[in-house]
Amino acid sequence: MEQTVAPSVSFEVDRSQYKHWKLSIDGHIATIAMDVREDAGLRPQAYKLKLNSYDLGVDIELADVLQRLRFEHPEVHAVVLTSLKPRIFCAGANIFMLGSSSHGFKVNFCKFTNETRLGMEDMSATSGIKFLAAVNGICAGGGYELALACDEILLVDDGSASVGLPETPLLGVLPGTGGLTRVVDKRKVRRDLADDFSTLTEGVRGKRAVDGRFVDAVYPTSKFQEAVAKHAQALAAKSDRPASGPGITLGPLSPSIDGDTIHYKYVKGTIDRARRTCDLTISAPDSPQPQSGDDYLKAGDSSWALRAFREFDDLLLRLRLNEPEIGTVIVRATGDADAVVAVDQVLHDHASHWAVREIIGLIRRTLKRMDLTSRSFFALIEPGNAFAGTLFELALAADRAYMIDHPDEDNTIRLSVMNGGAYPMSNGLSRLQVRFLGEPESVDEALAHDGPFDAQEALDAGLVFSAPDDIDWDDEVRMAIEARAAFSPDALTGMEANLRFAGPETMETKIFGRLTAWQNWIFQRPNAVGEKGALMTYGREGRPQFDFKRT
Amino acid sequence: MISAERIPNNVGLSSDKRLLRALEHWQPAYLDWWREMGPPGFQDSHQVYLRTAVSVDAAGWAHFDYVKLPEYRWGIFLAEPTHDRRIGFGDFKGQPVWQEVPGEFRNQLRRLIVIQGDTEPASVEQQRSLGAHCPSLYDLRNLFQVNVEEGRHLWAMVYMLHSYFGRDGREEAEALLERRSGNDDTPRMLEAFNEPIDTWLDFFAFTMFTDRDGKSQLLSLSESSLDPLARTTRFMLTEEAHHMFVGESGMGRIMERTCQLLKQSGYSGDVRKAGGIDLPLIQKFVNFWFSQSLDLHGSEVSSNAASYFSNGLKGRAEEDKFDDDHVLAANMYMLDMIDDSGRIIRQEVPMRNALNEVLRDWYVGDCQAGVDRWNKRILEAAGMSDRIALPSRKFNRKVGVYAGRHFDPFGNQLAPEEWERKKYEWLPSPEDKKYLHSIQVTPVYKPGQFANYIAAPQRGINRQPIDFEYVRTEA
Repeated sequence: MEQTVAPSVSFEVDRSQYKHWKLSIDGHIATIAMDVREDAGLRPQAYKLKLNSYDLGVDIELADVLQRLRFEHPEVHAVVLTSLKPRIFCAGANIFMLGSSSHGFKVNFCKFTNETRLGMEDMSATSGIKFLAAVNGICAGGGYELALACDEILLVDDGSASVGLPETPLLGVLPGTGGLTRVVDKRKVRRDLADDFSTLTEGVRGKRAVDGRFVDAVYPTSKFQEAVAKHAQALAAKSDRPASGPGITLGPLSPSIDGDTIHYKYVKGTIDRARRTCDLTISAPDSPQPQSGDDYLKAGDSSWALRAFREFDDLLLRLRLNEPEIGTVIVRATGDADAVVAVDQVLHDHASHWAVREIIGLIRRTLKRMDLTSRSFFALIEPGNAFAGTLFELALAADRAYMIDHPDEDNTIRLSVMNGGAYPMSNGLSRLQVRFLGEPESVDEALAHDGPFDAQEALDAGLVFSAPDDIDWDDEVRMAIEARAAFSPDALTGMEANLRFAGPETMETKIFGRLTAWQNWIFQRPNAVGEKGALMTYGREGRPQFDFKRT
Repeated sequence: MISAERIPNNVGLSSDKRLLRALEHWQPAYLDWWREMGPPGFQDSHQVYLRTAVSVDAAGWAHFDYVKLPEYRWGIFLAEPTHDRRIGFGDFKGQPVWQEVPGEFRNQLRRLIVIQGDTEPASVEQQRSLGAHCPSLYDLRNLFQVNVEEGRHLWAMVYMLHSYFGRDGREEAEALLERRSGNDDTPRMLEAFNEPIDTWLDFFAFTMFTDRDGKSQLLSLSESSLDPLARTTRFMLTEEAHHMFVGESGMGRIMERTCQLLKQSGYSGDVRKAGGIDLPLIQKFVNFWFSQSLDLHGSEVSSNAASYFSNGLKGRAEEDKFDDDHVLAANMYMLDMIDDSGRIIRQEVPMRNALNEVLRDWYVGDCQAGVDRWNKRILEAAGMSDRIALPSRKFNRKVGVYAGRHFDPFGNQLAPEEWERKKYEWLPSPEDKKYLHSIQVTPVYKPGQFANYIAAPQRGINRQPIDFEYVRTEA
């Protein structure tokens, strides 16, 4: 089958134009109902989104709905996820979409959908918004994985509704959004029951689903809505969010795009196609910033902390999906470092305010998105830089940071209170902790350092990779970037992913690690995508033919 | 204990420990289901002149006698085996057929069997109110014959589940008795089987058109590589033929009576004033049940259909009659599809994916033959110029490529407003249903008598006279 390149994807959604989801809010409960429009996929000629199956466009809308619930609706304390299609909850990712997508697109699709589902768990853990999956019909593959991302799963007991992960028996691939990991790690299903479950095309329903802990409870159709309402109220009662608004309305980012340059308010990206690099610059606040939680509410979506990281997030997503050949991202932070440190202090002091908590959460998730982006990141720290506090996290997230040791010009970096654990990575540790895994005392030393670090101090403290002087700088940096660009992109992806996440495993690191290692391997194998592979023959040309050799 | 003698069978039940154990639980549950959901008021105090299959040979498959419904001897039969039968289609064509379920296809086969099985008790449930409104004892008996045989077809599918699908199969067999047609909590699996059939015109149209879908499905399953399934369904087909006879002749007798009433009025009067059912109303029921049954064949382009065929689970109806390689790896099929702007376009799709439509082709042909017989033997013979016609395949579809759009019975696309305005010109309206209810208020339980809207049959059942007491109250 022909593998098509996806059209350029935008991650911004106009909330008045959701095609696939219906959001309704009743008191403290929001209901997100899936009602996928068959003919409104990103490539409607190539596949139809039958049975509430989804593609990237559907998931971008879901991510947008979640983001708006976080910021625009403080009164929402629990979310019910359900379907408007009769007898179908969700059939998972669209198979024909996967079958006709390039490998890189599939990987990035899975990565984004995983980030969205982990975002739901992040809301449950940190935002005071719990999730209830009201599974009112057949719920398979990615559909069940969506339910697994919720705090509770209720299944209708109508003799046909079931939950299942049929990827192995049906498609010869794995569930791509953490389904297997969550079954045993989150729901703690016994491994032999999980093994059986993961080989059933039709999944399990009714009592068997409850007994195996695949769902929390089942109810007959006539009692289902009532049970959903009751469970949702109980989840909402756990929330510490405000009883009512106002929230922060998220307006469009509206970047201006001029050829290979994309320009937001605080973020700018310029692509150099010959070098296969992107110069990414994020600038520090250039105007007075809010001093309290309520100030942040008044500032709406215009505060620097919120705006700059929404922009950075959007740029990362565009790079991933639309610019597969741009392998190296050169990160700079410019402007007033003191202003960044001042913002950090307010964020820290008012972290218990719901709106500030959400802004910190957005920065945290955006930085994780950077950790998980399979491009090489080099931070360049030059005079006039704003790598301080929160923005220094970008240097810590980069694979290497280069800092000019300039004899004449002032060039320093600074840490702030926000580097001490406000933005944990997916392994649960701060970037400083991961960096200094073998010398934990260096974390405290760096944080205790009074004032800025100059290049030599930063190098000594282990905060930057290299500190060439002004004479060597241009050549050093150029050669590093050119050398990087020449390596195998696959090897780099694997190498970086191995090196970035030192330290303990969490469910989150397992999900991404296994997605990268196993699912992406299986997605490439002839048994899945060869002419007679399971993914290619599904629903088309009869049975797959496997090469039965185990590795 | 299960008595193998009470259950007519040719599957060696008395020595089949697995089946005996399974039936020990299931048979009492089945009888409970029958008492709860079978025809109310006709369980214990009536004797019905029914055909019972006691063996599969010519003498045994149609044994007639009076029997109380709950005492009907539901049996388990496989058609006689074919010597050295080979797989006739799909990727395994030419290999010996399977006597056991291959593990690889266990789920798919189970699903096919469960879906087929679910329709059988569903139709009994749908039709349960009809006995209280019957047009004659002859028709009442036919209704019960259809009901008990649908019950036996459930047994046939349960036999497959019990014998070949282990614990899962036993659970599925129990679930077949737990679902209820039209129940919000435990509905039957297919939507068409959740609507009550509460007028006799509906019943005849259902047996004419929807049971014929059953015939399509049974024909394609009778090609299956799983030999016991093929043999089970082959035997079911002999019984299904009677159901279609009930439907075709029932509707035919209504038309015949309508022609008589028209003739009596000098072709001027309103048939309804004379208590008959006008031809346009009959046409509406043809439109409704035919289109609903087309939906039961599934989407025009279906990956499941392709997979069932490739794996040898479900063939085409009368596979032998197709003049091709029966593998269909590269064949294409031309189909009317709808493009993004809503226009109909002819499009080529891989044959394997179009097999639902291929089965629908067979089905439409079989329906058309029945309609032709009505037109020729009844309407033409009565000197009428009116004719019954099948609507376009695009009309009133809820499943497949035409679902969500509106077409008139001639296949012309309509705007939603136009459809709303005109739909009751083509489909039974609430008023139509009300009228039909009004003429069946009083049941006809006297031998040899028939309701005013339906003609007597040509001959009785099993060469009995028409005024035979087909259903009698036990003294």
